[in-house]
Amino acid sequence: MLKYILLRGLLAIAVAFTVSLAAFFLLNAATDPAQAIAGEDATQEVVDTIRARYGLDQPMPVRYAQWLGGVLRGDFGESYYWHKPVAELVAERAGVTITLALAALGVTILIAIPLGAFAALNPNSWIDRMALGVAVSAQAVPNFWLGLIMIILFGVMMPIFPVSGDDTWRHFVLPAFVLGSSSVPAVMRLTRTGLIEVMGADYIRTARSKGFRGSALLRRHALRNALLPVISVLAVQLGQKFGGSVITESIFAINGLGRLALESILGADIPTVQMLIFVFAIVFVAMNLVADILNAALDPRIRIG
Amino acid sequence: MTQVENFSTTAPEEATPLTPGQLMRRRAMGHTGFLIGAGLILGLTLIAIFAPLIAPHDPFVQSLSSRMLPPIWSEGGSWDHLLGTDQNGRDYLSRLIYGARVSISIGLGAATIGMLIGVTLGVLAGYFGGWVDHGVSFLLTAQLALPGLLLAMALVFIIGPSIWVVICIIGVLHWTYYLVVTRSATQRIRNLDFVAAAAASGATPRQIIWHEIVPNLVSQIIVIFTFELGIAILAEASLSFLGVGIQPPTPSWGLMIAEGKQAMFYRPWLVVLPGFCLFTLVIGANLMGDGLRDITAPEGRN
Repeated sequence: MLKYILLRGLLAIAVAFTVSLAAFFLLNAATDPAQAIAGEDATQEVVDTIRARYGLDQPMPVRYAQWLGGVLRGDFGESYYWHKPVAELVAERAGVTITLALAALGVTILIAIPLGAFAALNPNSWIDRMALGVAVSAQAVPNFWLGLIMIILFGVMMPIFPVSGDDTWRHFVLPAFVLGSSSVPAVMRLTRTGLIEVMGADYIRTARSKGFRGSALLRRHALRNALLPVISVLAVQLGQKFGGSVITESIFAINGLGRLALESILGADIPTVQMLIFVFAIVFVAMNLVADILNAALDPRIRIG
Repeated sequence: MTQVENFSTTAPEEATPLTPGQLMRRRAMGHTGFLIGAGLILGLTLIAIFAPLIAPHDPFVQSLSSRMLPPIWSEGGSWDHLLGTDQNGRDYLSRLIYGARVSISIGLGAATIGMLIGVTLGVLAGYFGGWVDHGVSFLLTAQLALPGLLLAMALVFIIGPSIWVVICIIGVLHWTYYLVVTRSATQRIRNLDFVAAAAASGATPRQIIWHEIVPNLVSQIIVIFTFELGIAILAEASLSFLGVGIQPPTPSWGLMIAEGKQAMFYRPWLVVLPGFCLFTLVIGANLMGDGLRDITAPEGRN
């Protein structure tokens, strides 16, 4: 078990650094950062000064090595746009995004699992068809559009929840719904198929014959096994929520990492973009690692095989 | 039904098996989801192709005197501008019709690029195995960990937004689904007897891949292509909405939503209509993909 975790952990670290390498070369090869900072009509002299100041006159592999060395010491460089350490910027904004991502995951769980369970218990009924309809629609709805529709509905017609900012828990209700809804189809389908499979298993028949009915059967026997694969998928979905925060945060004016990402892209602030890509990749890889470990811990077949 | 019964007296159905093509056509005609999806895609594609004939106005012509006209169902609406006009006085219906062109062509282009990358890697990894497979698997894990939207935004912004840049970047970031499916399908096919027979008769790996393996992947690739079409269309809309995709004055549905956002409390249709168009196109692609998967599955599902 320990060997399995270590192996997976090493792979995760290798993946995170490959991502940072790819992002570094793509971002730096596509543009001249010094020109971007100086502005389009800056003189060559100004551009050269900036290039020397930020060490941009070095060849790219050297710069990546410097960046990597900094990262290992916890130094992600200085923001071209805000003129302060990038790590500080990210630390200030991370809390809001973590809250949003967790709230979104909560929304996914609250909608997807009951819907999937009801659908599985009544296959081919109207509720099953409705659940499928919800899944198919949720997959096709543009996330940013759903956000704007929520703002139109709740901003003017039913002003129950605030539609902009991140001051109280009420501010998170609508963004969490929008961000969480995108994971509903995957989690709902998995709950449904898992539960249908489990309900046909021998031990459920045994439990039935022993007199278990209704919610006791569901809670104590069926759901426990059906939800095993769902738990690891939820971990993966949580990892994706961070990348997905870009759209939700910009629509609902939430001052988190997603909005920082959009602002730094529009400001050609490459060190900040670079760190955010790295952080999002690390979160994704870490969540996948958690999913792998949960899978192995909950299902001995994976551990041994 | 009655026809089958009539024939069954002379020729039992099992005696005259249908060709795979006939079987698929029969399954397709009985698959509601597929018919709805294919109908939506066909309809919107025709609208996109014949946009100049259908659109009542030029989607680019601005008119100061007819800015923000209301649609036909509001007070002051007229038949001349069925869905009203936008903040620059351009006919909204015409822009929506031309928007189908942008969405569909970007979707097709990006899904094709993703297909070329994903299928190539998948077939190579599945056929050669060993270190090729390990390398491709690592590439897959790294690609999945990349925050795709964020990187796409940054690259489009840096390189400069044009329709070709958007197509290439979305395509280059969406190939993992093709890879996963073609890799495992190739692994399965390469162990079948007809591949061994081809190898025994002296076929080179290149010939085996092109003549024995790729033809057997076509139906799966088409299914994924249909899903990826929807994903690419949503990606383009998101980029354009955030200002790092298609630029004005091109009528992209995502961009139209961004432009309508300022006035959305007073003129909600400016936001609702392009979003609804996107929804229709993507749900069409998804239903068609689900349907194609069922229809082409060997055991046949309904």
